[in-house]
Amino acid sequence: MLRLVPAGAFLVLIGPVLAGLLGAALPAFGYLPAIGGKNLSLGPFGDLAAMPGLLRSCGLSLAIGLITTVISYAIVVLFIAGWRGTRLFGAMERLVSPLLSVPHAAAAFGLAFLIAPSGFLVRLVSPWLTGWDRPPDFLIVNDSLGLAMMAGLIVKEIPFLLLVSLAALPQIRAAQFGHVTASLGYGRIAGFVFGVLPALYRQIRLPVFAVLAYATSVVDVALILGPTTPPPLAVRVLQWQADPDLAMRFVAAAGALLQLAVTGLGLLVWVFGEKATARLCAVLYATGRRGKDDKVWRRLAVTLMSASAFIVLAGIALLALWSIAGLWRYPDLLPDSLTLGVWMRSLPGLTSPLINAVVIGISSSLAATAIALGALEYEARAGVTPTIRALVALYLPLLVPQIAFLLGLNVVFTWAYLDGRLVALVLVHLVFVFPYVLLSLADPWRAWDRRYGLMARALRHGPDAVFWRIRLPMLLRPVLTAAAVGFAVSIGLYLPTLMIGAGRWPTITTEAVALAAGGDRRVIGATALLQALLPFAGFALALGIPALLFRDRRAMRPAA
Amino acid sequence: MLKTLSASLIMLAAAALPAYAADPDPKNWDAVLAEAEGQTVYFHAWGGETRINDYIAWAGRTVKERHGVRVVHVKVTDTAGVVSKILAEKAAGREAGGAVDLVWINGENFVALKDAGMLLDRPWASELPNYRFVDETGKPTVLTDFTVPVDGREAPWGMAKLVFFHDTAVLADPPKSAAALLDWAKANPGRFTYPQPPDFVGSSFLKQVLYELAPDPAVLTRPTDDETFKKATTQFFAYLDDLTPHLWRQGRAYPQNYGSMRQLLADSEVDITFAFNPADASNAIANNELPDTVRSYVFDAGTIANSHFLAIPFNANAKAGAMVLADFMMSPEAQARKQDPNVWGDPTVLDVAALAGDDRKRFEALDLGIATLPPEKLGLALLEPHTSWLKRLEIEWARRYGVNQ
Repeated sequence: MLRLVPAGAFLVLIGPVLAGLLGAALPAFGYLPAIGGKNLSLGPFGDLAAMPGLLRSCGLSLAIGLITTVISYAIVVLFIAGWRGTRLFGAMERLVSPLLSVPHAAAAFGLAFLIAPSGFLVRLVSPWLTGWDRPPDFLIVNDSLGLAMMAGLIVKEIPFLLLVSLAALPQIRAAQFGHVTASLGYGRIAGFVFGVLPALYRQIRLPVFAVLAYATSVVDVALILGPTTPPPLAVRVLQWQADPDLAMRFVAAAGALLQLAVTGLGLLVWVFGEKATARLCAVLYATGRRGKDDKVWRRLAVTLMSASAFIVLAGIALLALWSIAGLWRYPDLLPDSLTLGVWMRSLPGLTSPLINAVVIGISSSLAATAIALGALEYEARAGVTPTIRALVALYLPLLVPQIAFLLGLNVVFTWAYLDGRLVALVLVHLVFVFPYVLLSLADPWRAWDRRYGLMARALRHGPDAVFWRIRLPMLLRPVLTAAAVGFAVSIGLYLPTLMIGAGRWPTITTEAVALAAGGDRRVIGATALLQALLPFAGFALALGIPALLFRDRRAMRPAA
Repeated sequence: MLKTLSASLIMLAAAALPAYAADPDPKNWDAVLAEAEGQTVYFHAWGGETRINDYIAWAGRTVKERHGVRVVHVKVTDTAGVVSKILAEKAAGREAGGAVDLVWINGENFVALKDAGMLLDRPWASELPNYRFVDETGKPTVLTDFTVPVDGREAPWGMAKLVFFHDTAVLADPPKSAAALLDWAKANPGRFTYPQPPDFVGSSFLKQVLYELAPDPAVLTRPTDDETFKKATTQFFAYLDDLTPHLWRQGRAYPQNYGSMRQLLADSEVDITFAFNPADASNAIANNELPDTVRSYVFDAGTIANSHFLAIPFNANAKAGAMVLADFMMSPEAQARKQDPNVWGDPTVLDVAALAGDDRKRFEALDLGIATLPPEKLGLALLEPHTSWLKRLEIEWARRYGVNQ
């Protein structure tokens, strides 16, 4: 039974994935008979290459992806290294779920309103200090280097990496390692980096890859904060895809493959970077330096970490204020008046979208978690990995631009008369949710110390007992975390829900994204809060349940 | 490539003909009403404004009460997504039972769907009972959508005209021509911008300026080629070269759409904005988005005008229901309510003067709002250029200003 899980998962999911990839790839080679492309050719790539500024768009995507990932990862590592076990660390732990629940686009809008020349920070000091009666004409948001966009991504990737690290930390016995490095005279950070980080990194490597893939191909944050002349590649693919001239769909498809290549290149660079860093570390500890005086680094870590949390929280607080604002113009620090108008107009009719979202989210995240557990457990018992390796193919949906991927998916589901049905919608969500669940879960699951299981076996307990009574409880935190990540991913899916759901299953996200298209900050504020609600509940449960169950089990706490 | 593409498009259009026979016939309206009863119409329409959504909900409730047709508003961000859905259905060979029954559409998207044979292929719209009130002579854009004949393949729903907005408290006397705009921008650097093409409002601004600067604007309504394009746009691009360094952020970044531009006016970052709905500023004032000192104006030489429509895809599941809804949307009752700025403020496609007494009074009773120009002050309507111009304009714009590094 168990051994059918990986194969079954593969079969159920590979169909949609292949359909999506083919649907993206065939038009790239000129094949899409419905709009007259009947012969394979390289024409679309020629048209793509002729697009002005294409190289710069690719370069932006690559650089923004890599820099975002390096900085987010570095801040998370420095913070864990410098502050694990302190009260401050505990406070940050509690902030993770609210931070994660804020949708990327909302965080981006919030950041834009904070830092724009007519934004909140300038208003704090204007005009009384700066003399700016009108906002200065500075290119801060949408800057050509993508700095604002990177900032917007970093503040949202930090909580994600922190979450997966928190899930992994308990089994690394970081505290014990810490005692060893401390006895040897290493400072907190150096001790962590030399002693614990190698084990931690092994467990969060796939999530780091996911961050990199996401940051190289993100659309919504790029639209709000990113450069516009030209924009990063993913935005341009979206524009070509949305071009009313159907012939542009071929260029868009070629662009989607190029995006896949750019993301692939990013991952390749990262893997090289890993090797180089390992070398560098080897050199560093050969010097014998203990890094005892790391006060500056610890301060830096806490400053950056709190700044990033502050940006997200202040941004969402300002958006919340916008959602009830009357007229609110530059340079007023606060709105003229308050009104519940937007809420009164948007709330009615949101009950069934809310229920739909919960039903689809719970079904797909639970299914994904069950499949991932089954596949991992099979791998553990049978001691084989090939089927698991095949599951890697299922990561491809994360790497291909969604809108290109959806065309093929859409054709297959339509062809099978499945579009508009709940079961099809859950399946499509599963396609996007499963990779995130697997990559959040796989590393911590594999890192579990098998000797616990051996001991149970020696006491004559079967493998099922080991799974249910030892391994699952010990890994409850990463399992629930993975499920919550999956739930949040499902809640956030807009295009797949709209297209495969054929408009029959409106969710809180399809309604919110449609409303936010009007560009009114009040509506954006209200919908951002609504969208954050469900993932917040999910993450809070994922962190709260183990805390409650293990409240008297000190060794099961993440900071241990 | 384009040649083979259009050849196969023609073949595809021919192949789509057989579905014709079973379609409901609006000339036999009672049969359409009978067929429509009990149907559910999935109406795919932009869902970015609560007031529009509320209006659609009202229309849905009304046709449910009167004709037993259930309307579900599928709120979308972008018509391209709907086009993708229909395209996927066509690629999957679904000739009937499609997911989209009615779509809010105009211009290039309409042309693309029509050319690809993805619309209900009969002049159903002009056969609807309420079509007789439509103002074909006074509002020629209901007959040609971006120079392409409508041929009854879409039902006129509302009128759009490019209208500019300025805050009278800051800018009392706004520039009313392309040339005046350039002078003003030079004197007030960083206070004007336009949405980045290919956003449709941004592209419309380009077309607006091109109308004023082309040596012979008459060529714009005909298909263009390299030489005509070059001749017509030399002055135009010289103008943009002059203007760009004086734009907001020196043209190094552009707002995404007219919504973000309206926000820029609210944030005092720019002094002028524009939109296609003449009531946009009045609505924004009512929503607290803009101060009540904002007013509308148009360029002296006229501004771009077009219409927006409702279309039925070739494979719609509830064609009769869709016709009933489209017909209701064209009724004087629904059109007058739509034009009420407290409801939506979208101008009617009907010939108000020709309506019977009670229906005419519905329109005469409307208070258009402080910042909305009355129809007679909206100025000359410039027709949309042929779509081949837009395509070239967008490509050339992207090459010259879309990559400034």
